[in-house]
Amino acid sequence: MDSSPEPAVRADRLTKVYKTAAAVDGISFALPYGSITGLLGGNGAGKTTTIAMLMGLTTPTSGTARVLGADMPRERYRVLQRINFESPYVEMPMRLTVRQNLTVFGMLYGVAELRHRIGEIAAELELIDLLNRPTGKLSAGQKTRVSLAKALINAPDLLFLDEPTASLDPDTADWVRSRLERYRAERGVTMLIASHNMAEVERLCERVIFMKRGRIEDDDTPANLLQRYGRETLEEVFLDVARGREREAAQ
Amino acid sequence: MSAAVQMFSPHRVAAMVLRYWYLLRSSFARLIELIYWPAVQMLMWGFLQTYLAGQTSLYARAGGVLIGAVMLWDVLFRGQLGFSISFLEEMWSRNLGNLMISPLRPAEFVAALMVMSIIRLAIGMVPVSLLAIWFFGFNLWALGIALAAFFANLMVTGWAVGIFVSGLVLRNGLGAETFAWSIMFLFLPLTCVYYPVSVLPDWLQAIAWSLPPTYVFEIQALALNAVMFSLAVLAFLALLASARRNGTLMQTGE
Repeated sequence: MDSSPEPAVRADRLTKVYKTAAAVDGISFALPYGSITGLLGGNGAGKTTTIAMLMGLTTPTSGTARVLGADMPRERYRVLQRINFESPYVEMPMRLTVRQNLTVFGMLYGVAELRHRIGEIAAELELIDLLNRPTGKLSAGQKTRVSLAKALINAPDLLFLDEPTASLDPDTADWVRSRLERYRAERGVTMLIASHNMAEVERLCERVIFMKRGRIEDDDTPANLLQRYGRETLEEVFLDVARGREREAAQ
Repeated sequence: MSAAVQMFSPHRVAAMVLRYWYLLRSSFARLIELIYWPAVQMLMWGFLQTYLAGQTSLYARAGGVLIGAVMLWDVLFRGQLGFSISFLEEMWSRNLGNLMISPLRPAEFVAALMVMSIIRLAIGMVPVSLLAIWFFGFNLWALGIALAAFFANLMVTGWAVGIFVSGLVLRNGLGAETFAWSIMFLFLPLTCVYYPVSVLPDWLQAIAWSLPPTYVFEIQALALNAVMFSLAVLAFLALLASARRNGTLMQTGE
């Protein structure tokens, strides 16, 4: 019997089939508590479907997903209060002010001393001056910060990020990464980041899972991947994996 | 027990009601729209009643029935629309993914939509019913207890249809939005708002008597409404489960 402590996330032969196409094809991995892992892959590799199954949004066709000790999606309500998610593709209500949005989500997550928590998170993410402005009137960078504030409002133990810096200018993207690094250092949160930005993954993640056509193609630390593929950047490794040169290059 | 593992949390229902209340408060157009159509309907039928009152005694009696029927019909229609529009706001704002990964449970979401449907209806119908007294001397409130029973019955039917339509939109995306606006009009000829059930051919009468609002405009049938509401909730849960299987909860477009 395996006596090791249960990881924050464990996917075991996780599969999702839409009609006849396998979006995710029997993947298995475990994420220890406090780790930051990058989930990489081209469009249609199965990253978003994997995250959706881990959050209980999508029911797996077969296999299991255990998150913070709960079977997903069956036991999701036991742990959803300790999880959060940020993606530029899921937006916040535009007409509500930043404060109103944070109030609503804070209430949904049962955040104690909500007013204080909103002040705290607004200070952390430099949102104080924006609190009373409608979310829809903000710039893309400011909206990302609001989405991040929503994702951190419940001080989650597990954070799923789907391309957190997509469409941001380099300066704002760097700022977001710094905040994520700081948050992880302060709280020891577990993070799974789906991204196309290799520099981001190289900077933030201690482990990278490469997906291709629904399967895991490789899984290692960025340093080991660079060494094994004989490349200088993760972007080059990504291209090797995406173009099918991975095994030959690595062996 | 923490709020997250509670089977039903009034606090989360309040959060969602607050969300829709903030939205209504922020949008003058949304507030006006709540009053505009009920007022137009009431005025049109009120003036028709005034015209008919000057005709034969039969038409005069019919006129009184018409304005009452149209206002009760509006309770049914606006009740459903109030529910469905609040739900559609989540689709339009692409916020559904945020809600679905939060601890909000389907029953709490539905409860919040029901509360909003009452609030939206009250904002529209209370001023319009007062206008009807002022303009035409028609006092809907004079129905007293009967009005409360009619109102409850019509609201439950409106919610049942709203829940079913929301399930369809959840499962099929905004391509199914048109049902939210049109499905209730199927009830208009069948529930005999403006004429007695006996006008219908026999086979349509059977269908008419299976719809709760038909009884509201005749007598009441709470049991039938309970069945319809239960079926709608089951359909909603089945469609939600189907949306999870088909991975459509993150893709809320067309």
